[in-house]
Amino acid sequence: MTGLVPHSWLNSLGIPPWVWNPLSVSLHAAIEATIVVAVVGIALGYVLAKGRFPGRGAIETVFSLPIALPPTVVGYYLLTRMGGPGPIRNAEIRLFGHPLTFTFTGIVIAQIIESFPYCLRFSRTAISVVDPRFEQAARAMGLSRWRIALLVTLPLARRGIVAGIAMSFGRALGDFGATMIVSGSVPMATTMPIALYNAVFYGSHEQAMVLALVQLGVALAILLGVSRLGKVRPW
Amino acid sequence: MTAALEVTVARQIGEFELDVAFTVESGMSVLFGPSGAGKSLTLALIAGLIRPDTGTIVINGRVVTDCARRIHVSSQGRRVGMVFQDGLLLPHRSVLDNVAFAVRQASGRRARRAVARSWLERVGAEEFADRRPGSLSGGQRQRVALARGLAGDPALVLLDEPLSALDSAVRRELRDLIRAVILSSGVAAVLVTHDAEEAEELGDVVIAYNDGRVTGRRIVERPARPEPQPGAPESTESA
Repeated sequence: MTGLVPHSWLNSLGIPPWVWNPLSVSLHAAIEATIVVAVVGIALGYVLAKGRFPGRGAIETVFSLPIALPPTVVGYYLLTRMGGPGPIRNAEIRLFGHPLTFTFTGIVIAQIIESFPYCLRFSRTAISVVDPRFEQAARAMGLSRWRIALLVTLPLARRGIVAGIAMSFGRALGDFGATMIVSGSVPMATTMPIALYNAVFYGSHEQAMVLALVQLGVALAILLGVSRLGKVRPW
Repeated sequence: MTAALEVTVARQIGEFELDVAFTVESGMSVLFGPSGAGKSLTLALIAGLIRPDTGTIVINGRVVTDCARRIHVSSQGRRVGMVFQDGLLLPHRSVLDNVAFAVRQASGRRARRAVARSWLERVGAEEFADRRPGSLSGGQRQRVALARGLAGDPALVLLDEPLSALDSAVRRELRDLIRAVILSSGVAAVLVTHDAEEAEELGDVVIAYNDGRVTGRRIVERPARPEPQPGAPESTESA
């Protein structure tokens, strides 16, 4: 997990391992979670925005539950389903050789579930407000449904979609409750929020201050990026 | 001789009922009538964007809609070019890309762009090829929309009030251009307008619409004069 940047670089930059290791885990897990969330969230958002079938509202509600649920509840269900006896745990063992609780993969799964609703809802909204006449014009030009989605609808909805991905990334990066319950504080699978919690718990106030500042900086960068996306001239 | 277009359709939308039948030969035909008469709905039915409740649509002898036989060729498969009132050019792509997307008769990006460029030249818009539609004037956008409507080698071109959002000087200029380009391309065209002068200027045949019905059909007598040529000198105002 620390392989994102060579250690020699970190040493030369003066970044201590107690900052870099959790930051690396956080970034690595959040990037992986966001890739999954973006692919699935945009696809499902498109289906929900364009499809006309019963149960659309129910699907969106179910996938949006993590917004309203305390993250610890999500973590509890993940812990009991992934870690407790049952078909899910058996499948994990068949696929990975061990249960996914208290592993890096477990963190990624927790972050996917926590951050998925943001990408889904932003994407669905952005796609549903694209002027349908552009799609009609594209149909009249002979473009296939796939090409219309890729060349017309998604590019026209891209600002909302990118904002949703950024929000999901921020949510994944900042998740504490679900991650804490699923992964605990296993060395090399400790994220920044958990590292900060540990620092406070063990009275390392200087470390806590630095870890908090780093997370503040990352959060500011994400929000500035989203804000900048909102200000960019449409085309 | 096979008619370019044969339409016999009915469609109910809320309280409004469209029930029309007409035939279009080559050249420019105009559907003329007040707003809400069902002209644009007719174009949408011909283009396959909406399905009629009953009826048939035949383009160049090919049945593209026949409700009784449950035939409905998708809009992608009809080889119909469309020019919309406000152009509807994709704002995130260049003018050249907008036209190239419509090219069906060439494969490969380079070949499609070459065809697109030649159409932009024919409508006097080649200088805008690399610009985004948002930077063009209304008249310039409609030139590009006309090129896009024709670039796909269509069997039929449908123009839905293409001049109604333009000021009068640009309208006059584009009127000549549209007629010249359509006639020189040899493709049949159906244009919708609620402007009587525009119907007379552009149409070889004017089909009158009112309240969802065809109320008349008139062949426009034209004085013997050469038809305007595409690329002819334009007015000084930027179109």
